[in-house]
Amino acid sequence: MSVLIFVETAEGKAKSSSLEAVAYGAKVAEMLGTSATALVLGDAQDLEGLGGYGANKVLHVADSRLNAGVIQAYGNVIAQAVEKENAQVLVVAKSALADTVAARVAGKLKAGLASNVVALPDLSNGFVVRRSIYTGKAFANTAVTSDKKILAIKKNIYTVTVTDAKASVESFNANLSDADFGVSITSTEKATGTVSLPEANLVVSGGRGLKGPENWGVIEDLAKALGAATGCSKPVSDLHWRPHHEHVGQTGVKVSPNLYIAVGISGAIQHLAGVNSSKCIVVINSDPEAPFFQAADYGIVGDAFQILPKLIEAAKAKL
Amino acid sequence: MKILVCITHVPDTTTKIKFTNGDTQLDANGVQFIAGPYDDYALSRAIELKEQFGASLTVLNVGTAETEPTIRKALALGADDAIRIDAEPTDAYFVAEQIAHICKQNNYDLILMGRESIDFNGGQVHGIVGEMLGVPSLSPIMKLDLEGNVAKMAREIEGGKEYLEAKLPLVLGCQEPIAEWKIPNMRGIMSARTKPLQVITPANPQELTKSVRFELPPAKGACKMIPADQADTLIDLLKNEAKVL
Ligand SMILES: Cc1cc2nc3c(=O)[nH]c(=O)nc-3n(C[C@H](O)[C@H](O)[C@H](O)COP(=O)(O)OP(=O)(O)OC[C@H]3O[C@@H](n4cnc5c(N)ncnc54)[C@H](O)[C@@H]3O)c2cc1C
Repeated sequence: MSVLIFVETAEGKAKSSSLEAVAYGAKVAEMLGTSATALVLGDAQDLEGLGGYGANKVLHVADSRLNAGVIQAYGNVIAQAVEKENAQVLVVAKSALADTVAARVAGKLKAGLASNVVALPDLSNGFVVRRSIYTGKAFANTAVTSDKKILAIKKNIYTVTVTDAKASVESFNANLSDADFGVSITSTEKATGTVSLPEANLVVSGGRGLKGPENWGVIEDLAKALGAATGCSKPVSDLHWRPHHEHVGQTGVKVSPNLYIAVGISGAIQHLAGVNSSKCIVVINSDPEAPFFQAADYGIVGDAFQILPKLIEAAKAKL
Repeated sequence: MKILVCITHVPDTTTKIKFTNGDTQLDANGVQFIAGPYDDYALSRAIELKEQFGASLTVLNVGTAETEPTIRKALALGADDAIRIDAEPTDAYFVAEQIAHICKQNNYDLILMGRESIDFNGGQVHGIVGEMLGVPSLSPIMKLDLEGNVAKMAREIEGGKEYLEAKLPLVLGCQEPIAEWKIPNMRGIMSARTKPLQVITPANPQELTKSVRFELPPAKGACKMIPADQADTLIDLLKNEAKVL
């Protein structure tokens, strides 16, 4: 028996959400009295270092065809690793890739999959996890009743402590066929040099109140001064002021950072659905009646174009 | 070409969620139900493809009789016929198994659905169906074009998108901007009343998860207002009081 954690990488490095998943999975393993194995696919660095997050062992599939996130192949390899390690629980950090891959594994192994998990499982009466539902508006306590269980955890739900322990690394040759690579990735467009929105601990987000794409400099400058990712409301991406992958909310990216700063966003219920699990929310809006203030921890009523330069200056001076 | 679009029947996005019956059930009192917004994107694109290439377009919902108005609306938008699997859709594996069962009998070229439902936000059904049928499943798909039996797609990834090509059949979880949401016209609404809606009992029903109790998040504390002329103090507060910087 064991707990297996799928570690997603970006440019060969484990993503921070996956490191959180390793720490979470190691804790679940401890609760079940078993060991934690991390699984890494494709070229990757610092595999032993995953021991610092609690992994006892790292399985590495060094097949360069897996450097890109090929959904079917990933599902197949992970399912094989679950079998090899006789894993009772598979943990993944929720992401556009991991969600889809975990579903394939669930189908293959007939494993119950709980998504958006926000706490450690309760083992006092079966295996019950708390998960976020209705796009963050509520929680469900869900019993996973199958033998094999898959948990897709939400970001920023488990406190990670890092030690200098090292994990042993074992290479793993999974069986892959051409059919697993039947979908070809013809090209990729990716923003570089910016903080990724779903992974970010800090987010600065702009809405229609910024009036046009030419005014985004203040959002970008504040984000840069804080080391934050940039986000936006749906109309902003619909109007092509900003790319779609920055769109936050019910129909866009759901974020759960430590800090979400909303500038010129009214706070429609569909926008709030994507940000309501942020630890701290700051709202800057010229309208004191903007509904977003009711969901905020800190608020400033005023013109964004006057306020943001002051914040940028203060952030540069004090951080 | 045969297209299947799977739709959910979920509370409207403006719904204030409440529970009843000892927090074991959604309080549906006064709740307006809709097809999920992501499912609407999938259906809208399917209608465009049908217009462009000619295709039969079936909608499928796993749900009890209350979901029929949502199904009729999909027929009004342009689907040809509908299937309702008569069961409470409580677990993704169960729902996926029902869909896969229908797919095995019908050989659809494209199986489209939303990237996730907006009630349980699982985002699992397309992947499990793909696995059960042994065909690729891709999500979240934001662009879909067909050239013969090859689909050319864009899939959202963190910080951008990747362009993909694959042979049909495929299972796709869809999101914007794959198509614009459509509004049914009067003719569509009239014809929807007589389009076939087949009700089927579930095959091999089994669940792997079960929600035992629901909860609402704790109420948010009051918002601390900072005067605009002291905006710079926000950084101190975030650093020393909220401790998030
Ligand atoms: C099914 C469905 C799904 C949806 N999904 C999403 C979603 O995922 N994400 C999303 O964001 N929306 C979503 N929406 C849309 C949502 O309902 C709102 O329309 C949208 O969030 C509004 O965006 P906004 O706040 O940027 O614009 P507005 O509502 O126009 O608000 C602009 C705000 O800027 C303020 N402002 C103006 N000038 C200034 C200034 N100089 N300084 C400071 N503040 C200023 C105004 O007071 C106002 O509050 C969805 C809607 C539907 C029906």
